[in-house]
Amino acid sequence: MSASFTAAAPSEVGAAPPAAPPTLPSPADEVRRFWAVAAFGALLVAIGLGAAHFMETHGHAVTGMSNQIVWGLPHVFAIFMIVAASGVLNVASVGSVFGQTVYKARAPLSGLLSLALLGGGLFVLMLDLGRPDRIVVAATHYNFKSVFAWNVFLYSGLFAIVAVYLWTLMERRMNRYAPAAGLAAFIWRFVLTTGTGSIFAFLVARQAYASALLAPMFIVLSFAWGLAVFLIVQSAMYAWNGLALPVAIQRRMTRLLGIFVAAAAYMVLVYHGTQLYATKLHGFERFLLLDGGVYPLLFWVGYVGLGTLWPLTLLLAPSPLGVRGTVLAAALVVLGGFAFLYAFIVGGQAWPLDIFSGYTASSTFMDGQVDAYTPRLPEWLLGLGGLGLAFLVTAVGVRVLRFMPQDDFARFDLAAGQPVATTGTTAARKG
Amino acid sequence: MTSHRRAWITGSAAAALGVAIAPGIRLIEVAQARTSGEAASAKVRWGLLIDTSKCDSGCDACVKACSDENGLQSAIEDRQRPQWIRKVMLTEVKTGRQASAPMMCQHCAEPPCVDVCPTGASFKRADGIVLVDRHACIGCRYCMMACPYKARSFVHEPLANQRAQVPRGQGCVESCTLCVHRVDRGEQPACVEACAAAGRGAILFGDLNDANSEIARRVRALATQPLRADLGLDPGVRYQGL
Ligand code: SF4
Ligand code: SF4
Repeated sequence: MSASFTAAAPSEVGAAPPAAPPTLPSPADEVRRFWAVAAFGALLVAIGLGAAHFMETHGHAVTGMSNQIVWGLPHVFAIFMIVAASGVLNVASVGSVFGQTVYKARAPLSGLLSLALLGGGLFVLMLDLGRPDRIVVAATHYNFKSVFAWNVFLYSGLFAIVAVYLWTLMERRMNRYAPAAGLAAFIWRFVLTTGTGSIFAFLVARQAYASALLAPMFIVLSFAWGLAVFLIVQSAMYAWNGLALPVAIQRRMTRLLGIFVAAAAYMVLVYHGTQLYATKLHGFERFLLLDGGVYPLLFWVGYVGLGTLWPLTLLLAPSPLGVRGTVLAAALVVLGGFAFLYAFIVGGQAWPLDIFSGYTASSTFMDGQVDAYTPRLPEWLLGLGGLGLAFLVTAVGVRVLRFMPQDDFARFDLAAGQPVATTGTTAARKG
Repeated sequence: MTSHRRAWITGSAAAALGVAIAPGIRLIEVAQARTSGEAASAKVRWGLLIDTSKCDSGCDACVKACSDENGLQSAIEDRQRPQWIRKVMLTEVKTGRQASAPMMCQHCAEPPCVDVCPTGASFKRADGIVLVDRHACIGCRYCMMACPYKARSFVHEPLANQRAQVPRGQGCVESCTLCVHRVDRGEQPACVEACAAAGRGAILFGDLNDANSEIARRVRALATQPLRADLGLDPGVRYQGL
């Protein structure tokens, strides 16, 4: 998909005509390209399944995870996708709950992406279980005190609510129920991300996690990550269809991303600020932010530098950002998200638990030691499989159903080589 | 109790006796050894008292005994292999005083591992022993994240040579069972016996609820403490001399 950004590049210069008319693929080419894209997604999924099978037959000994770092790279992928799945719905919410037309037109795509990301995240989470074959046990035996069990409800609930919401959006007779369904989805995803944050916030004994700020922090992070994913997919889809996103809309959405990224950085700052306030957490914060090796590197260079400051300079710059700039900024936000989660999840476990207060401890079980974790190949492949699933669901969904925004195409008139702004759906080649 | 749990408890006891007994039979509750099929009694609270002054830093008899009793032998690296009990070497930061102590599941009265377990595989018996039902555990490891004592291990590798009375499972989480199969026969946990046999006697096992038991008397008379008392989890294992 990414190969065809050039088709939409003229939007960078606004209404000015392009120097050379872009070449759009013929319908037959386009079908071939769709199958290539779908096959690529399916291949990633197959590789992910293969990795999971390998882990199940050989045990998690083939991963880098241990009895100290029990959640590793797969959880970084899974939690990123689940958090982004909630955040990407924000686009729909801004449309239906706050009545913004530009966003309303994007509600179907936002819903589809939410389902795709949630599916991808759960794919990784489930297949990383020690006993993925017992998923039925998880679905039939609930411990209602467990935050994890609540999350099982929240995830399946989100699937159902978003599916109904999409139906109300796409089926004309159901359109009048769309605002109600949109509101339900809006509320549900708040609860869902609160639930994701709470998975960590309820771990009272862990220095890294027992903080009431985690749930709101994850909600704001979800806004930024979700919108970033949305902008990447939207840009790719416009390019794919030989369409240019109107500059005004693009500018609005990139500004919103800038605001979300800044707000998320603020929440992360407050979180670390409160952690630093508690003296007993100083050792851990020092480790995570200063001398913990890969974790401070990922936090400062990955999350703060690449994932926050660089995209912010792009997104909030006075001159309008082109398609490439938008995709670059959004991709940086996504990368920063992965870096943040890796430091948060893995770094939080690498630091030893303080069990014997007033003593330094050592043992064969890593007491008092920082555990060195290096993700191994099966973990990477499983994570990529989840991304592949989200990619596949999106590609197929967009193709089979009409998920393209239908209101604001600026399509190239191929004969004239001029961009033509149209408002109807007729000008759009069916996505 | 779910039928799973009942099956696990009675199953392990039945295997030990070599007889098959229908699950779910409940006999009158007694304070000590249970017969197969009989439910654990809430009148009992099994616990351990560990005297760190008697624990020898060079000795690992308890760890060996646990490994033999429960069939935990493993060839993989330390950070991945299951360790239900471990020897921790301690140095007091202020004074430099050295001590050592065995560390295992603390059999908390308010166990966070049980609270967070999504399927209910982690559970606490009426007599305070915290166990994992290996037929219901999905291997999510959330209990390992939640345990403040790092008491749990994940089975990272395929298993061989399991003990009939200690069912284990690859991809499941497990931890010290307080040798529930022995306790239910009226015996002591393997680590306690081994420590005594090594001439140390640093681990005392007994019923904390029975005012006349040795452990209850010592806990009453001496300054003992649970680890991480600040968390208020009321562990069944107490430490002396820390
Ligand atoms: S020590 Fe850990 S595993 Fe044992 S009961 Fe307490 S929380 Fe659960
Ligand atoms: S790993 Fe097993 S025992 Fe632990 S929380 Fe998950 S299902 Fe429960």
